Amino acid sequence: MLDTFLQMFEYAFMLRAIIVGALVALCSALLGVTLVLKRYSMIGDGLSHVGFGALCIALAMNVAPLAVSVPVVVIAAFLLLQISENSKIKGDAAIALISSTALAVGVIVTSMTTGINSDVNGYMFGSILAMSDTDVIVSIILSVAVLVLYIVFYNKIFSVTFDESFARATGTKTKTYNTLISLLTAITIVIGMRIMGAMLISSLVIFPALTSMRVCRSFKRVVITSAIVSVVCFFIGLFISFAYSMPAGASVVAVNAVAFLVFSLIGIIKRRNA
Amino acid sequence: MSMISCEKVYMNYDSTKAVNGVSFSVEKGDFLCIVGENGTGKSTLLKGILGLQKLNSGTIVFSGITNREIGYLPQRTLVQKDFPASVREVVLSGRQTKGFRLFYTANDRKTAQKNIELMGIGHIRSKPFNELSGGQQQRVLLARALCATQKLLLLDEPTTGLDPFVTAELYSLISRLNREHGVTVIMVTHDIRNSVEYANKILSMEHDGDFFGTTAEYMKTDAAKRIFGGGNNA
Repeated sequence: MLDTFLQMFEYAFMLRAIIVGALVALCSALLGVTLVLKRYSMIGDGLSHVGFGALCIALAMNVAPLAVSVPVVVIAAFLLLQISENSKIKGDAAIALISSTALAVGVIVTSMTTGINSDVNGYMFGSILAMSDTDVIVSIILSVAVLVLYIVFYNKIFSVTFDESFARATGTKTKTYNTLISLLTAITIVIGMRIMGAMLISSLVIFPALTSMRVCRSFKRVVITSAIVSVVCFFIGLFISFAYSMPAGASVVAVNAVAFLVFSLIGIIKRRNA
Repeated sequence: MSMISCEKVYMNYDSTKAVNGVSFSVEKGDFLCIVGENGTGKSTLLKGILGLQKLNSGTIVFSGITNREIGYLPQRTLVQKDFPASVREVVLSGRQTKGFRLFYTANDRKTAQKNIELMGIGHIRSKPFNELSGGQQQRVLLARALCATQKLLLLDEPTTGLDPFVTAELYSLISRLNREHGVTVIMVTHDIRNSVEYANKILSMEHDGDFFGTTAEYMKTDAAKRIFGGGNNA
């Protein structure tokens, strides 16, 4: 088993997937805590569908996938945030509208050009072969930026998440921080969906936060635990995918689901003994 | 000059008129209760004072105080019901108003600790906020507000959902902050009986007109007589 584990690092494509995947797992876990608590879980899902549409267009136009999808998803994130804050259409309905429209555009563009080939399949359900060397460098830079910004603004993010009206009334520019959070989310989703797939990336945002909340009772612990859980689940998932030739994204999600059940159980036992 | 003076303020709630030409002033050390029926724009007015919502017309002028020196106790939100946060984390977040912080300073921690003791919640400071009782939660949020200010506290229906004993405790706690620590208090509430006991000024917002004056003056109004049975003239 150890041999198989070590073998994993010998392939260049696996190494790329490991580096990018671990960083994305970390970023999405941190952001996920805020998104879940602010009731924005579905934004991650919506953005990944928009990302899928953008990737399909990039493929059809034969341009670099990240160059198209990053700006498109960032713009979509701003729109979704605006809508969920002040609109007649309720937030979750608006997200459903935008995400299904983006998905439809993606499918139409694909059918008019390449047809559903292995690239498109990779966008839907993820592929560890997807990353080129340039992609890896861009992904590393973006993920590090997400991590640094999150750590620098950690205390502000707590205040804005816990009680937006208090923060705003006492002089914090809450709009700036909400925008920052959605910007970071957009970037994380676009990078992550290459490996995890558009249909599965949002679970990487939601699962770790919910898993750690089963057991932890302070914000700092929830954030740290979900980061650890997310990275560990990613490694286990990737290893299973490598050892048994299963799709990487689906394996990672399955491991996350198991972790969620285990933590739920621990939480129940803990509370019963308390 | 008054700490806050409000002149002929008009505001909307959604797109209907909520606040109709309200004027009042608050001096340093005042305890003002804003009372009135549901839908008379009390909370909307509070949002106007806090700068959370624009005024349609009129002015609100602050003197000797900025919005970073205001302590605010909002109505509790749905988000907080399952939010994992320890009491200490919540109270410390009140110090965010003192400017950007990568880490909280020793002084921040000292202030937070002092306010935790002042609110009598030292024994629960490591507990999760969402597992506390309603009264304890309000004490935590008060401690957070005190981390942001020693000058002015604005409270939005702080006793909603609390039982009468806890309500009385909370009132006497707020009243002590006002008398002993010189904190100016503005409170929106339904609770007229407690208001007239603790407040020195009353702003009564009713559908048929507003009243602003001292508590003694308020007791002579028809609205007060309706509630308190009219006294000797009945």
